[in-house]
Amino acid sequence: MTRSVALALATSIGLAASVCAYEPKEATAKPRSYELPRETIEFKPGPNLDVVKNNCLACHSADYIATQPRGPKFGKDFWQAEVNKMIRAYGAQIDEADIGKIVDYLAATY
Amino acid sequence: MLDRRDMLKRLGAGLALGVGLAPYKALALDSVTMPFGNGERPLVKYPQKRPMIGITSRPPQLETPFPVFNDGPITPNDAFFVRYHLADIPLDIDPATFTLEIKGKVDRPLRLSLEDIKAMAQTEIIAVNQCSGNSRGFVDPRVAGGQLGHGAMGNARWRGVSLKTVLDRAGVQQGAKQVVFGGMDGPVSDRTPDFAKALDVDHARDGEVMLAHLMNGRDLPFLNGFPLRLVVPGYYGTYWVKHLNEITVIDSTYDNFWMKTAYRIPDNACACVEPGTTPTATVPISRLNVRSFITNVPEGAQLWRGGKILKGIAFDGGTGIRSVDVSVDGGETWTDTRLGRDYGRYAFREWRMLVRLGAGAHELKVRATSNGGEVQPTEARWNPAGYMRNVIETVRVTVS
Repeated sequence: MTRSVALALATSIGLAASVCAYEPKEATAKPRSYELPRETIEFKPGPNLDVVKNNCLACHSADYIATQPRGPKFGKDFWQAEVNKMIRAYGAQIDEADIGKIVDYLAATY
Repeated sequence: MLDRRDMLKRLGAGLALGVGLAPYKALALDSVTMPFGNGERPLVKYPQKRPMIGITSRPPQLETPFPVFNDGPITPNDAFFVRYHLADIPLDIDPATFTLEIKGKVDRPLRLSLEDIKAMAQTEIIAVNQCSGNSRGFVDPRVAGGQLGHGAMGNARWRGVSLKTVLDRAGVQQGAKQVVFGGMDGPVSDRTPDFAKALDVDHARDGEVMLAHLMNGRDLPFLNGFPLRLVVPGYYGTYWVKHLNEITVIDSTYDNFWMKTAYRIPDNACACVEPGTTPTATVPISRLNVRSFITNVPEGAQLWRGGKILKGIAFDGGTGIRSVDVSVDGGETWTDTRLGRDYGRYAFREWRMLVRLGAGAHELKVRATSNGGEVQPTEARWNPAGYMRNVIETVRVTVS
């Protein structure tokens, strides 16, 4: 191998390496999986907890409730409106008898 | 001296003093507390993300810790906020078999692979994506919804293909009215309306709306819409559909839940109503209003007397920033700041100013004016969903 060929080879290898280094995007060819962290948030203990868990946790985690504003304006009426929204807007299938129990739990616990 | 917990709370309150980031990185943080009622949030670690403010876990909603906005005008991918509506999110995606379908009122329905999309003429834009409900936790009186601080926004360099290029290839038919965008994420129950958004066909073909596969030069993070998302410069994040795999041209006005009922604002100039009242007429939310923030001084900071450089960011819905003024006396007097490099009219614009602070309590305020002449309001505007907050922000400090 002459020196110039070796140099050309080294140059082309170097080029190839730098091209590869430039292309993190090319990694897109591989299938990707994403692992969500384990859900740790739970509903606080309170009346009708099982009813709440059975109806609410199918679609969302408990922090949707825990982060809402607190105080006198966020009592029964507020939670009734939220439960109504889940039923009417998001299609939650909640037994008529359970609606009041859920609202009571939310108003008493959050 | 602050104990660790206080330090964490200050970090969450929007801290970004020069020294702020060092402890932020060094400590294993457990929670932050936003400066509004019931504002404590866990700091959570997700793959591809640095510790983020956890709003909800299923579906995941993550807010950017505010100190990030002091680091520079581009929001890093691993710090960019995450917002999903529905919990059936795609967790296994094969970019080799991924396809984007273009259908409806088009002459040539298309099914494009990621390679097809990358082979088309590429375009790039730096643009802010901000959640409609960013800062909702500060809305007074409080309203239901994601109780966000100021971190549901970010500014990135997006690269991909112009939506116009794709629509032209498909051949939009006469009479087309809107273009509907659907992603791979969906509801858990088939009774829940699937998430989809629509733009008017002229807007969709303006040459700026983009299908992006790169964000700051890298593949989109999984939770930011890998492998392809819609980028709608100047518009609220609700339109930036993630995991985009379906584009449908229609000859009517799209009226699903997400357009007709959700993401509506009062149909008036201020997008506002008297607090506690219901608007008589509403329209779909659209363009960002003008906002600005101080990023290097947190609420409640203790500062030394004398010279202090204040810095921060400003942005609007696409006219660009004309000026940013700062007041150190609670809004009595204002001084024009020096603007940083212009990354385009949809991007964060940095600003900075040297101020002199005497001893005592001060209210630092920042007010941006857009090239379109829009100025941030002195009094907060209110609407029932807590959208579009853009009041002049105030940071209270004590100088000694």
